Amino acid sequence: MTPPPAAVRTATEWLSARARWHPLEIVFWFAAFAAIYLFPARHLILTEIAWLGLFALSLDLILGYAGIISLGHAAFFGFGAYTAALLAKHEIIEEPVLALLISGCAAMTLGFVTSFLVLRGSDLTRLMVTLGVALVLRELANRYGWLTGGADGLQGASVKPVLGVFRFDMFGHTGYTYCLTVLFILFLVARRLVNSPFGLSLLSVKSNPLRSSAIGISVDARLVAIYTVAAGYAGIAGALLAQTTAFASLEVFSFDRSADLLLVLIIGGAGYLYGGLIGAIIFKFMQDYLSALTPQYWPFWIGLALVVIVLVGRDRITSWTTPIRLMAARLNWRALARRSAERL
Amino acid sequence: MLTILFDGIAYGMLLFVLACGLAVTLGLMNFINLAHGAFAMAGGYVTVVLVNRLGVPFLVSLPIAFLASAGVGFIFERTLYVHVYRKSHLDQVLFTIGLVFMSVAAVDYVMGSSQVFVQVPSAWQGKFDAFGVGIGRYRLLIIVICGLLTVALQFILAYTRFGSRLRAAVDDSRVARGLGINVNWIFALTFAFGSGLAGLGGALGAEILGLDPSFPLKFMIYFLIVVTVGGTSSITGPFLASLLLGIGDVAGKYYVPTLGSFVIYTIMIVVLVWRPQGLFSRATSR
Amino acid sequence: MPVVLETISLVKQFNGIIASDNVSLQIEKGARHALIGPNGAGKTTLINLLTGVSRPTSGRILLDGEDITDLSTHKRVRLGVVRTFQINQLFSDLTPLETIGLAVSERRGQGLDWWRIVGSRPDLVAEVVEILERFHLTDVIDKRTAVLPYGKQRLLEIAVAIACRPRVLLLDEPAAGVPEDERHEILAAVAALPSDVSVLLIEHDMDIVFSFADRISVLVNGALFVEGTPEEVAHDARVKAVYLGEELVDA
Repeated sequence: MTPPPAAVRTATEWLSARARWHPLEIVFWFAAFAAIYLFPARHLILTEIAWLGLFALSLDLILGYAGIISLGHAAFFGFGAYTAALLAKHEIIEEPVLALLISGCAAMTLGFVTSFLVLRGSDLTRLMVTLGVALVLRELANRYGWLTGGADGLQGASVKPVLGVFRFDMFGHTGYTYCLTVLFILFLVARRLVNSPFGLSLLSVKSNPLRSSAIGISVDARLVAIYTVAAGYAGIAGALLAQTTAFASLEVFSFDRSADLLLVLIIGGAGYLYGGLIGAIIFKFMQDYLSALTPQYWPFWIGLALVVIVLVGRDRITSWTTPIRLMAARLNWRALARRSAERL
Repeated sequence: MLTILFDGIAYGMLLFVLACGLAVTLGLMNFINLAHGAFAMAGGYVTVVLVNRLGVPFLVSLPIAFLASAGVGFIFERTLYVHVYRKSHLDQVLFTIGLVFMSVAAVDYVMGSSQVFVQVPSAWQGKFDAFGVGIGRYRLLIIVICGLLTVALQFILAYTRFGSRLRAAVDDSRVARGLGINVNWIFALTFAFGSGLAGLGGALGAEILGLDPSFPLKFMIYFLIVVTVGGTSSITGPFLASLLLGIGDVAGKYYVPTLGSFVIYTIMIVVLVWRPQGLFSRATSR
Repeated sequence: MPVVLETISLVKQFNGIIASDNVSLQIEKGARHALIGPNGAGKTTLINLLTGVSRPTSGRILLDGEDITDLSTHKRVRLGVVRTFQINQLFSDLTPLETIGLAVSERRGQGLDWWRIVGSRPDLVAEVVEILERFHLTDVIDKRTAVLPYGKQRLLEIAVAIACRPRVLLLDEPAAGVPEDERHEILAAVAALPSDVSVLLIEHDMDIVFSFADRISVLVNGALFVEGTPEEVAHDARVKAVYLGEELVDA
């Protein structure tokens, strides 16, 4: 008994509602690209926001969509950063886009290999294991100073012009355009991914892994897949950092970086892809402002922000974005936004 | 080689005193307290101030450090932590990381960022030879004090009413509540006690481990290793795990200096993947 | 009738407690087979063993003659062994539309499709809507599962299992916890299950058991106690003794 076509059409509408581009999204990206021309003086900080946003996006993929709490996501970030820096410094791959892809693949490989560690165990075990991996990498980078520059960092890793044409400059003009373009492309891919059947299965795994396996989903395989992809994204973000600053140091693996990243994502809200980007904007401007006031004690404010956010309640914090999300013409977008606000 | 064993045991027992509060907190309330190291740091700095600046005798400063940390722990628990118990693990992680950052920055501001040393009385400095083994006096003191503490802990847990209530609450807090045990109060006391022990450990360990504002971050991983490898269903698990970790770390740094902590982290990862519930815990599901 | 799912001397031991004691059960094709027994008899344990949620201490499980004892849960689902849970196991943030949609898309092998947008295949959506209509869930089709009344959730639980097109369906107390006024919908759904699906039903409610089953197995202390047609079981003195004099409905 086939259902009436009208019912099927409505159902299709509902199912694909989340994937439809909302006007605000278009405004967001338009503004981001317009900033290339409108705010040339701020290109340096905008570049940082771009790769930080990408890094936070990668954490959102595993935390917001798959429910994996990681305290060591910087492992992939750092691995990508060092790969790109080494490729540039030793003039193995001089073209930055190609080097970027290779760094991403390297980070993905690391992600794939370590993904098996986060499959088993409780939240605490996962925390420990992810933290452990990042610490191991940091130790290795420290010990093999002849390769990585050790505690001093890897200097002089400058890259050739992008695609042979666009030279990197001191003011971040090329840097911002480059990072923003990479971010946008990867965002589009991530957007397709989370709105696909695969993305839906990730949400189901996060919500109820027992039920997921009871409908035929291999929970482990899905988690490995998204963890690998997220690691690749994080690696590319790290490579962007290395390429735009021509530098990489041990600090890319540090716990501070992983912890800061959690804050960035939480400020914006996890589970709807834009949280990392919005969080990156807020975080960077906050950091800019506060470290001018108290350069040495900046971690205090990060700590305070985290404590306050948790005490007030993460859902109540991110509800400040709800009016924005509610500013919609379509009924199903509103329902969608409400659902995504309730999601994490 | 025996000296290494001796040093490793001292280190391990120190780690145990530092970390056992965390183990009980995790086992009792399923609460991941990454800020545990901050209480240790508090105790360490209290001792530094008392001994270096106020001339208080070292051994006297130890119980004061314990009480100070216990007091701070109690206050924090009743005012802040109590709001976070029912929240998700992610929230607990975020919250306690926030506390660590705040405490690190605050101590940096007040005490300065350089490493501080305790003026240990000369009676406890240096080594003496016993049976051909070089025995550091200070490390011997640590072993004695920590050993006594461990015995006392075991005694409290096994033979006192508080201990049996605590064990009941760890085993199944719902049932314990149903039996009329005031689990919240037990938790507040245990948290305070665990923080006090951490403070005492910090005071004792300042000399060996090095005390500076980044202490909670540097040693967070060690406490977590003790707790996850040792499990939370008893205190013998963390005790054995601490000894293993202490001996492993000292031996590793001596025999394979280029890789140092790398060995510890790798062992931890391997153990957790092989037995996620810890090496020594009962395989009870929670 | 050929046997579609069978266990051979299945044993499950937990720390000295024998939860399943040498269970050799056969489910025939197209069966309406009920599994009854006192509380704690090991019925849910048996379902867990059959679906791969737990592994047996010894013994084998065969599906259409093939050994599936070592297969993981999701692989068994792919082969057609599907269950419902005694306590609803659903995705609280997803809607029934999304839940059934997920089950159908997984069944069709599109679970790893990361590029297509959900809902872009009209034939898949049609199948989803058809299933939802069959289980009277169209009025709540776009609501979060968490806000649905319990009876609707229970219907969804069964609908999800059906969406997987099972060969063998293991229903763990489908009417459990459902308020009186919503029960008939559950029972109607169970009665309307396709005849080519072999069903193993765990139930406590004897009315349901005797109106539904053509074969009954009684599980006591983890072991198969009595097996037979409803008439045989209803009149078996040992069964009556086990249920401590509880009146069994005359079939």
